[in-house]
Amino acid sequence: MRRTYADLHLCPNLASAEQVLRMVNKASKLGYRLIAITFPPNFAEADAKGLQNACKQAKMDLAVRVDLKPRTPDELLRALRRFRRKFEIIAVMCESKDVARQAAKDRRVDLLNFSSFDLRRRFFDLAEAELASNGLASLEIDMKPLLALEGSSRIRLLSSLRRETAIAEAFGVSIVVSSGVSDELLMRRPLEQAALASLFDLGQTAALDAVSRNPMSIVKMNREKLSPRFVAPGIRIVRRGKDC
Amino acid sequence: MDAVWNAVGKLYGEYGASRTGLSLIDYDVERRFLVARTTHTAVEMVRTALASITRIGNKPVAVHVLAVSGTIKALYKKIKP
Repeated sequence: MRRTYADLHLCPNLASAEQVLRMVNKASKLGYRLIAITFPPNFAEADAKGLQNACKQAKMDLAVRVDLKPRTPDELLRALRRFRRKFEIIAVMCESKDVARQAAKDRRVDLLNFSSFDLRRRFFDLAEAELASNGLASLEIDMKPLLALEGSSRIRLLSSLRRETAIAEAFGVSIVVSSGVSDELLMRRPLEQAALASLFDLGQTAALDAVSRNPMSIVKMNREKLSPRFVAPGIRIVRRGKDC
Repeated sequence: MDAVWNAVGKLYGEYGASRTGLSLIDYDVERRFLVARTTHTAVEMVRTALASITRIGNKPVAVHVLAVSGTIKALYKKIKP
């Protein structure tokens, strides 16, 4: 079966419509069928609609994403309550262990993202993976740092990612490989992203799933939940009327 | 081609680079593409190395793999404009 590819982490400068369009067109050219663009929490829905139309012209599906950077677990819970029904994808940038643990066990969180530049803030260990395996959160790995870093810092990051992906696979936590770029020159084809994932020993099938099946299923599931027909997992309204 | 060798060398070292069997077949400046040969076992290594190239000299660049093929004839068929 032919795979459809997704990049769930594009961060263009939303103030520059030209740059956003360039990145959307480049993503389409590179073979992606779905992209997620990070919006600020207080974005205007009209902007997203305009962008969705532009994506349609490029034969691209757009998902609206927010990156939460809470300082405490309480702040995270408040933000989830406020934004869960507004965004299709919620990623949590875990800057403390408490936040990481809360994010891993909360079923409203889609993606767990950790700092690639400060390795002491990568909290994806056995406990985190166990919590995430009971929840719905996936581990998101951005490729931008792998391209931007060099020498010993890239070596240390690769070593960290190798350990984390092994833990994630052992606990059945799904892995999503994203670009995380704000510049179109750093965008790569899906197969190239998967090839880069081989640097931290992610197998070929798992790497391809990380750029296709895993991100696609997150968006599909969330769209179903956000639909007005959704009642509960597995239950949805099929028809309304007097004869029902 | 130096940039490709450098990228392979940086990621996989001299031992890894020696296993790729890389060689230049064709380079079209106008159409901005390069055809390189590598052993079939090292295709993913070379793909990874190419994806890791972000600049050549001081110029920011991106290198993408357009097609992979077992023969040069089939490759040109795949990438013909």
